[in-house]
Amino acid sequence: MTAPAVTNRPAALAADSSTAGIDASCRLPLFMLFGGAAFWLVLGSIFGFIASLKFHKADFLADAAWLTFGRVYPASTNLLVYGFAIPVALGVALWMLARLGRVQLARPWLVTVGAKLWHIGVCVGLIAILAGEATGFEWLEMPRYAAVILLLAYLLIAVWAFSTHHARKERTLYPSQWFVLAALFWFPWIYSTATLLLQFFPVRGVTQAAIAWWYSGNLLFVWLALAGLASSFYFLPKLVGRPLQSSYLALFVFWTLILFGTWVGIPAGATLPAWMPTLSNMAAMMMVVPAAAVVLMVVQTTRGAKTACGGGPLCYMKFGTGALALSVLLLAASGLPFVNRFTDFTWFGTAKLQLWVYGFFAMTLFGAVYYILPRVAGFELPAAKAVRVHFWCGVIGTLLFALPLAIGGVLQGVKLANPDIPFTDVTKATLMFFRLGTMGELLILAGNLLFLFNIGAVLVRYYLAVCRAACADLTAPLPTAEVKP
Amino acid sequence: MKSSATVFLAAFLALAASWGGFVLAPQIQLGRSVQTVPLGSASLYPLARPGLAQQGLQVYRANGCVYCHTQQIGQEGAQADIYLAEAGTNVAATLAAITKINPEMAKPEVLSNLPRKIVEVADMNAAEPVVRELKAGGGRVEPVIVANGPDIARGWGKRRTVAQDYLQDYPVQLGTRRVGPDLANVGMRWTDPNWHYRHLYAPASALQDSKMPPYRYLFERRRMGQVASPDALQLTGEWAPPAGYEIVPKAEARALVAYLLSLRADAPLFEAPLTPPAGNTAPTNAPAPVVNPPVAAASAQ
Repeated sequence: MTAPAVTNRPAALAADSSTAGIDASCRLPLFMLFGGAAFWLVLGSIFGFIASLKFHKADFLADAAWLTFGRVYPASTNLLVYGFAIPVALGVALWMLARLGRVQLARPWLVTVGAKLWHIGVCVGLIAILAGEATGFEWLEMPRYAAVILLLAYLLIAVWAFSTHHARKERTLYPSQWFVLAALFWFPWIYSTATLLLQFFPVRGVTQAAIAWWYSGNLLFVWLALAGLASSFYFLPKLVGRPLQSSYLALFVFWTLILFGTWVGIPAGATLPAWMPTLSNMAAMMMVVPAAAVVLMVVQTTRGAKTACGGGPLCYMKFGTGALALSVLLLAASGLPFVNRFTDFTWFGTAKLQLWVYGFFAMTLFGAVYYILPRVAGFELPAAKAVRVHFWCGVIGTLLFALPLAIGGVLQGVKLANPDIPFTDVTKATLMFFRLGTMGELLILAGNLLFLFNIGAVLVRYYLAVCRAACADLTAPLPTAEVKP
Repeated sequence: MKSSATVFLAAFLALAASWGGFVLAPQIQLGRSVQTVPLGSASLYPLARPGLAQQGLQVYRANGCVYCHTQQIGQEGAQADIYLAEAGTNVAATLAAITKINPEMAKPEVLSNLPRKIVEVADMNAAEPVVRELKAGGGRVEPVIVANGPDIARGWGKRRTVAQDYLQDYPVQLGTRRVGPDLANVGMRWTDPNWHYRHLYAPASALQDSKMPPYRYLFERRRMGQVASPDALQLTGEWAPPAGYEIVPKAEARALVAYLLSLRADAPLFEAPLTPPAGNTAPTNAPAPVVNPPVAAASAQ
């Protein structure tokens, strides 16, 4: 391990487009984005764990309004997506844009301010949810005063991301850049539409539900997929030392993903004009096409490579691809009328989303962060072993959470469809599966703690070195030449 | 793709398509919905919820009830049940008609206990000839449209929910998970506010095997005055407060229960037909009159 290199002074690095210079330009914004993301991730999984304990003992923490299931559960999902997923994806995207464009990040200080603002927005939103100010729309719970902060922060970061991209020295576009650019563009549109039409000037009746589902479908199935696949397509070839197989397939994935994914999200049994769930179901089935192409790409890119993954970033990315495939299979199945008769309004949907958000997206991005962090910080991760432990916690935790819930969800649906079975018996039958899932949540929480530990240790070590250098500067005796007689 | 502009164009086209489909189109299709007149009724539907119930909707939202309860009922189809209300003067002809339609019902004692369901047919078109035939003996025959499907059979509603039912609400919380039962018609199934208070305070005291978390923070435990408050919850056994204390609902609990009691989506509409209940003029969407705790609904739970 080498000592942290404290050479972040802009003057020293101006116009330095070397890899080290690019990494150094990303340092502060990425520290801010990753550090906050890791913190929210852990806090979110603690809330998720509390929520899941309520299924073991309904009385648990029942006397405090802010700890009721209906508040801690949205708090956990919002922290996972807004607290963790979006900032971490933005951080990785900024770094990839700078590296692929062979150019330093534009205005790192303003991006850092944007990152800080984003975390403030998440904090405001979290307090609002716990205080009972949630909007009532799933995945869009943060009230409008938090939404405005989040949107501003996002735009502040996205503007400098575009600016970095615009100033790139390498003009040829790599597939990851398509995905990142589309993602940067996607979020402000869907978020402003949903916030304006659901909170500032609410539309009437079930149109609200349609817009909320359109938003959450686009956020989860398009935005997260764009950001996750951008990372996969960048890091996998890098990690195995082989070129991406191939950019034509990547183009195919890009088009099919944005064309089909954007229609996913309306449940089959929704009280909406029948053409809407039908269209959404067809799109869900079509998602098999980009997913199959992604699997093909990953297999062809990594096949025959001599690199052992050893619990490192490569393992994360491979598992992410597997989880993506499994999740899309569940998604496509729930597009079939004779399946969604039994899976609609059950835990099945939760299992599918867990596989998607944590199994695919979060695991892929963990791999990316573990790759980027040592390079940006200028020294190795303090706890390299924790990376491997985190990987296994994530894998087993995700499967232990998602698989029982998927099976339990089908069972729940079959029993719900039989009116002779009393409802309390339906609930009782699925409780066992859900309780099994709590074990998975505990493992995920453990893994997230390791992630926070690694990032926290890097940050502490870096800032301590900065302080020490500053102290040394202050206390150093003045050069004799400058001492006036 | 060679240039960033192509990427943006692709993203723009894809997103604009679904924006047009799932944001603009439902607004065009449903955005101008207004109150309508249900079949066989003179009042408008849906009426705005009473003020307290509107506050209750916000309590429902604030406490995230939507994460465990849906408010949407599905239905597989509808059938027509044909009832014989009066046998008429020519009993023999009526009996002959019944024999032809449903031989199992063709017994003289059937005619002594009317009205009675004679047969179920697929829809009103199929009902018409049957009705004509049954009327041969001069009797009075009533075809009744009933919805069917598992949600209906569970007693969660009389018909599927439709867009019209949610016209007055903000936010509309349809829900995506049935950890608990559907609540679209909970005000029709559980009509006693005191039952709701007990159920919110200590779910298992009102409904055996309930897995709902208790909402004790919506209630106040206070020292009893000279006489017990009329609002105090009637709790027994392990749920009863210590002697000298009583449990009274806070304003939030009152509002929430008012909202739950206002949840009824049973107006017969053109797009979701039912045979309107005869003689019932109570506007739907308003709290049902308090009756004894519905035993049938309890068993349906």
